[in-house]
Amino acid sequence: MKDAFGAPQSLLVLGGTSEIALATARRLIALRTRTVRLAGRPSPALESAAAELHALGADVRTVDFDALDSASHETTLGKVFAEGDIDTVLFAFGIAGDQGRDEEEPLAAVRVAQTNYTGAVSAGLVCAGALQAQGHGSLVVLSSVAGERVRRADFIYGSSKAGLDAFTQGLGDALHGTGVHVMVVRPGVVRPEPAAETVWAAETVRAAGTVRAAGAVRAAAGFASAPLEASPLTTTPDAVAEAIVTGLRRRSETVWVPGSLRAVMSALRHVPRPLFRRLPI
Amino acid sequence: MSVDTVSLTGWGRTAPTTALRFRPRSYEEAAATVRGCGPRGSIARGLGRAHGDAAQNAGGSVLDMTALNRIRTIDAGTGTVVCDAGVSLHRLMEVLLPLGWFVPVTPTTRYVTVGGAIGADIHGHNQHVSGSFSRHVQELELLTAGGEIRTVRSGTPLFDATAGGLGLTGVILSATLRCHRVTSSWMSVDTERAVDLDDLLERLCAGDHRYRYSAAWIDLRARGRATGRSVLTRGEHVPRYALPARARRTPLAFRPGPLPAAPARVPEALLGGAPAALLNEVRYRGAPRYRIGELQKLAAFLHPLDGLPQWSRAPGRTGSVRYQFVVGHGQEEALRRIVRRISQRRCPASNALLKRFGTGGPGWLSFPVPGWTLALDLPAALPGLARFLDSLDEEVATAGGRVCLAKDSRLRPELLSAMYPRLADFRSLRAELDPDGTFRSDLSRRLSL
Repeated sequence: MKDAFGAPQSLLVLGGTSEIALATARRLIALRTRTVRLAGRPSPALESAAAELHALGADVRTVDFDALDSASHETTLGKVFAEGDIDTVLFAFGIAGDQGRDEEEPLAAVRVAQTNYTGAVSAGLVCAGALQAQGHGSLVVLSSVAGERVRRADFIYGSSKAGLDAFTQGLGDALHGTGVHVMVVRPGVVRPEPAAETVWAAETVRAAGTVRAAGAVRAAAGFASAPLEASPLTTTPDAVAEAIVTGLRRRSETVWVPGSLRAVMSALRHVPRPLFRRLPI
Repeated sequence: MSVDTVSLTGWGRTAPTTALRFRPRSYEEAAATVRGCGPRGSIARGLGRAHGDAAQNAGGSVLDMTALNRIRTIDAGTGTVVCDAGVSLHRLMEVLLPLGWFVPVTPTTRYVTVGGAIGADIHGHNQHVSGSFSRHVQELELLTAGGEIRTVRSGTPLFDATAGGLGLTGVILSATLRCHRVTSSWMSVDTERAVDLDDLLERLCAGDHRYRYSAAWIDLRARGRATGRSVLTRGEHVPRYALPARARRTPLAFRPGPLPAAPARVPEALLGGAPAALLNEVRYRGAPRYRIGELQKLAAFLHPLDGLPQWSRAPGRTGSVRYQFVVGHGQEEALRRIVRRISQRRCPASNALLKRFGTGGPGWLSFPVPGWTLALDLPAALPGLARFLDSLDEEVATAGGRVCLAKDSRLRPELLSAMYPRLADFRSLRAELDPDGTFRSDLSRRLSL
């Protein structure tokens, strides 16, 4: 059960190697979380993430989950929910794709859309049903500013996140009043902090004996859109995690990280297309 | 019996969860609901005044007991009352006062049901004299997991598990109470100001035995030498002969009128910071340094907040947390440390009360033990509050104290067995009585009770 401050006792992460998800899990374990289920494609990175969280004192297990295999979601996630209540589900899977290549290879673009959108739709509906049956819980979905106003530079990724964002908002409205809280998180460009990065790598060495910093960078880059790299509107996985914990406490429906993006995006959203096309973003 | 799906919270309005709410109007309907509840179990709920999640059951059934509200018999000679569990203390006061009787124990609100009062084993300002509520219950009828109705007499293990058992042993259907004899509905109130915490503790130790009701409002924003400055109010039922002529005409009148509802949201700026400090300053300075024998109406003295319906809405959507702990006599140093820490943190604490507890109740999970108790309300949206309260819990547990479960919405489950030594007995009795976990609440899930 969640406590008065929205701190869950059990957490299910879909996309268990995501840097943001792991930063969130670390914070939640420091509060009340005792049970963590990391769902993702089996990989050494997933195992070492589980080992690291286990070292923090949580009961951690990994779950085989493939976003592309929508048919299996009901069975896979159903099993997790059958073991006990899940207080918070965090949707952190997604791929950034490679815009240039994806435009050349439609099948690669479809893969981005299927992972980010279709996969989340099926998993989202399965989790929503399970949370509704248990009468409580939070569904936290990592969307992106890239989906708020889709840019030329990453419209394949952006459109998949736009779909995910709209789906999550609709799901949140559908679940309003059922005790289930749905939260959309819209981070700006996420890049790992250099300092935090080294600490994180060192901790991983101690915990699991493997260095997986490169994987962490890749996972974080899943939410990045390159041209905004140096702007003050970029953020870090830790900042996103902090915003998620605060959002859970306040039962927020939409969280922007950094918060100033809310104002920036509400302006950008209304820029006429001929002008938007020419903006250096 | 009406059934609907509702989102429920405690009085603190934190952590809402959704459940099927049944409103049984007879024992048979209640039994049928318990028998027919699904795998997520059921829990009884009264007027929803418990601050935390004790009367919520996410995804399961909640039995709203307020339709079972018959007072069956009143023995005006001995003050014994038999009533259904859904009768509120307010209703009991309306009926009993004209007959010259008063409920044995009342918390700071009278809008609680008798069932809830036993389930939470409530205490009031007279705890040091009268103990907690269940001490005045002779027997009760309990609907157990199989749907059978058992009569439970005071002094049996099942009674001790049920008193303060937060509804987890079964649904209390009715109770036989012993009431307190009064000859008027007026209180004679003595007010004193204590300049700091030590002064307050001294005054409470020295004079409490002379009064039936005693509690102190403590200014948790005062710092430095004034840390813990308080206004101590202690009262006594006034005998009829001591009333002034005007009040003597209707000595047992009880007509408390509610004020308009509190606003849906008070801006945070008003709850904390300078306005709150100013309010506390005015409240402290405005209280008389020493005044004795002031006549007050019963409701004004015992239930001042009931005059303001919906006051729990003030902290806004994220609600508030009530934190109440008790530490034993001899642990004054821990109490001082905690008060100092709260005041140094400048928390926007409201309704802060400090009281000296007497002998504890019979209940295994009953909160009161002899010592000092401090209760305060804090807005849940306060940043860093979770960790701060966790660290206070550690201090309380180290001092051998405990946190009140009926008000709790955030305790770390690991600390529970240290705070409640009879927890193992409670768990084993529950496992025996209700092996399938028919009675469950959000609180029992959160704390693995």
